[in-house]
Amino acid sequence: MSQVASYHPVLDPTLAPPFPQAVLPVLRNPQLRKNVAHAIDVIQAKRARLVAEKTDWQELRSAAAAIRMHALENLGYYLELFEARCTAAGGTVHWASDAAEARRIILEILRQENAAEVIKIKTMTSGEIQLNPFLEANGVSAYETDLAEIILQLGEQEPSHIVVPALHINRSQVREIFARRMGLKDLSDDPKELTNAARAWLRKKFLTIPTAISGANFLIAETGGVAIVESEGNGRMCLTLPKAMITLAGIEKVLPRFQDLEVVLQLLARSAVGERMNPYTSLWTGVTPGDGPQRFHVVLLDNGRSSILAKAKERQTLKCIRCAACMNNCPVYRQTGGHAYGSVYPGPIGAILTPQLMQMHHAQSLPYASSLCGACYEVCPVKINIPEVLLELRAQVVNQERRSLSRFFDPMYLGLRIASFIFANAWSFHAAQFFGRFGLGLFTRKDGWIHSLPSVGGKWTQTRDLRGLPAQTFHGWWASRGPRSGKEAK
Amino acid sequence: MSAPVQSRQRIFERIRAATRSVAKDSAHLAGAYAALPRPYLRSGSLSAEARIDLLIERLREYDAEVVECTTAELPGAIAAQLAASGKRIFVAPQGLPAEWLLPGFDWKIDSGLSIAEIEKAEGVVTAASCGIADSGTIVLHHSSTEGRRVITLLPDWHLIVLRASQVVETLPEYFDRCLQPPTLHPSDENLSLGTPALATYISGPSATADIEMTRIKGVHGPRFLHVILVRDE
Repeated sequence: MSQVASYHPVLDPTLAPPFPQAVLPVLRNPQLRKNVAHAIDVIQAKRARLVAEKTDWQELRSAAAAIRMHALENLGYYLELFEARCTAAGGTVHWASDAAEARRIILEILRQENAAEVIKIKTMTSGEIQLNPFLEANGVSAYETDLAEIILQLGEQEPSHIVVPALHINRSQVREIFARRMGLKDLSDDPKELTNAARAWLRKKFLTIPTAISGANFLIAETGGVAIVESEGNGRMCLTLPKAMITLAGIEKVLPRFQDLEVVLQLLARSAVGERMNPYTSLWTGVTPGDGPQRFHVVLLDNGRSSILAKAKERQTLKCIRCAACMNNCPVYRQTGGHAYGSVYPGPIGAILTPQLMQMHHAQSLPYASSLCGACYEVCPVKINIPEVLLELRAQVVNQERRSLSRFFDPMYLGLRIASFIFANAWSFHAAQFFGRFGLGLFTRKDGWIHSLPSVGGKWTQTRDLRGLPAQTFHGWWASRGPRSGKEAK
Repeated sequence: MSAPVQSRQRIFERIRAATRSVAKDSAHLAGAYAALPRPYLRSGSLSAEARIDLLIERLREYDAEVVECTTAELPGAIAAQLAASGKRIFVAPQGLPAEWLLPGFDWKIDSGLSIAEIEKAEGVVTAASCGIADSGTIVLHHSSTEGRRVITLLPDWHLIVLRASQVVETLPEYFDRCLQPPTLHPSDENLSLGTPALATYISGPSATADIEMTRIKGVHGPRFLHVILVRDE
C-alpha cells in the first residue's frame, strides 16, 4: 500500500485542523516530500527559463494587474454585460450566493437533463463547493477527466496543488491506483503507459456521457464568451462532444474585452507550467448551432467573493488567475505540499483566499503559514501583494482573538496583557527582570540553556533552545562599573 | 423559481455596495478602460522570413512536423503527408478546397457527420486562421475551411495548411487582426479575422506532465500534428 494513502487530509476549511497540526503527517512522510520537491523543482526551472526570454514580462504583469483590478472595480457592470451577451448567444446564466445554492442549481440542471452521469473538466471551484460528494449523494456519478484528477479520484485522494493536483503522487503510486481501479494487472509504471491507460479508460466516457461540467479560466464580458486553458484535450472533449454543458465560475473571473486575453494568455502558461503556451485554449460563446453542446448554462458563484471585494487591501486577492506560481515558489509550500492548507486552494494564494472565503470564521491559522519572504508577490503575474494581505489578515485574526471571551485567559493573550503593563514603567520592568531571572532560572540547565518551557513558552522551545538569562542585567553591570577616568576610554 | 432571482439581486447589491466608491457610468468606464496601461510589446521586429523560421522552430519544439512548399506545390505536399501517415480514412471540413482532397484516400466530408463516423477516421486535414510565431500557436476559428471543433479533436492525426501571410510574430498581433476592419479593396488579401464566437488555440499536440512532471505527448487530442507552411509568391 502506498504511503500517500496512509493519511487522509481534510480539504474542508470548516473541518480541517490548524496548519501547524495538519502539517505534521506530511513532515513525517519523506516519500511525499520528495515527490513535492521534485515536481516543484521541475516547474520552477522551466518557468524561470521561459520568463527570462520574455523581454516585456514586467510590462505584461503591470498591464494584467491593471486590467484585473479594473474588472473588479467595475465588477457589477461587467457581470451584467457578460450575462446579457452570453444570454443573447444562447446561454443561460444562473446566480449562486453560496456553495449550497450552486450545488442545488447544478443538480437541478442535471435533473432536467436526466443525467445520471457527468464528465468534468478540472475545476477548483467545484472542489470549493464540494460538488462531487454532493452529486454522488444525489445519485449522479461525476467523472473527472484531467489525468491528475483521475489519479486522485480513483485513488480516493485529495488535490495538493491547483495546476498539477497530483504532484504529490509518484509513478509507482499511480501504477498501483490504475492497476487496482482499472483492472490492469500488467501495467508498468512508465508514465507513457499510464497516460495511455487513462486515455483508453476515458475515451468511452467522452463518447457516451452527454453532460459535462467545467470551470472557467476567463469570462469575457464584451462577447459573453468563456475561455478554458488546458493541456490534455480532455477539456476540448468535454466542451465539444456533450449535448449539455454547465460552466461553474466565480464572479471574479470576468475580463472586460476579448482583447484582454492577449495579456493574460501570455502570462498564464509561462507562470503555471513553464510553457510558452498551453497546448489547447478553447473559447466559446453561448451555443453554436451544429457545433458543440446545444444547451449551455453558466453558474456564477459569489460564496464570499463580494465581501472580499468590499475591502480595500484584500480586494486584490480576487485578481488571481490561478496559475500557482506563488505556491511553486513558496519555501513553505515546498516543504509541506498542499494538503496542510485544509482547502482546495493551497500555498500563498490559499493562505489569503481561504480564510477570506470563510469570512474569517475558519482557517485563521493560514495567514501565519508564511515566512513573509515575498517570493509569491515577485512571481505573481497579476501582482497580488500577498504578504500585504497576509499581514492584514493576521491583524484581523489577532483582533478577533483578543476580543473573544474564550481567549481572555489564553496564556498568550494573558502574557501579552501582562507584558504591556510591565513595559509601561521602569519600576515594573526592573521588578519583572528580577522575578523573571528567578523564574527562568528554575528551567535553565547546567549548560546555560533552557531546553523546554511549560505552557505558551513551549511554543518557542519545541523547535529551538532559549539562552538562560545572565546573572546580571546590562543596567546592573553598568551601574557596578563605577565612575571611570577619561584615559581608559581612549 | 423565485430564489435564483433573489440571489442575482442580492449578489449585485453586494457587489455595488462593495465597489460604490468607483462605480461609473458606461462612458466614464470606457474612458477608464482605454486609459489602462499597456506598455508590453504589440508588434514583433522580425523580418517575414525570420518570423516564419521562428514559427517552424517553435512548432518543432512541440514535436509537430513542419514542411514548407509553394502554392503550386501544395497538392503534392499534402499527398506526401497523407501517404507518409500510413492512414487511409480522413475527415475534411465542408469548405476545404477540392484540390486538397487528393485521390487514393477515403475522404469523409463533414456535413454533420456523427461522432461515431468521425471516430472511425484516422486523420483530419484543415486550414487555419492564424499562426503565432512567438508561442508556436496555430489558431482555428472553426470557419468552413477549418471545420467543426469535433473533427479536429477525435482523429489522432491532424494536418494543418497555413499560408505565410497568416503568420504573425506576437500574440497581440493576432488580436489586432481579429479587431481590424475588413479590407475594402477587392484585390487585397483580407487579413481581418473578426472576433470569433468559437476558437481553439493549438500549441503543439495534446500533452500532459501530470505524472512526475514527465511530458507525455498525446492524451486525448490528436497525438500527431503536421503543418504545411505555404510560402506565398
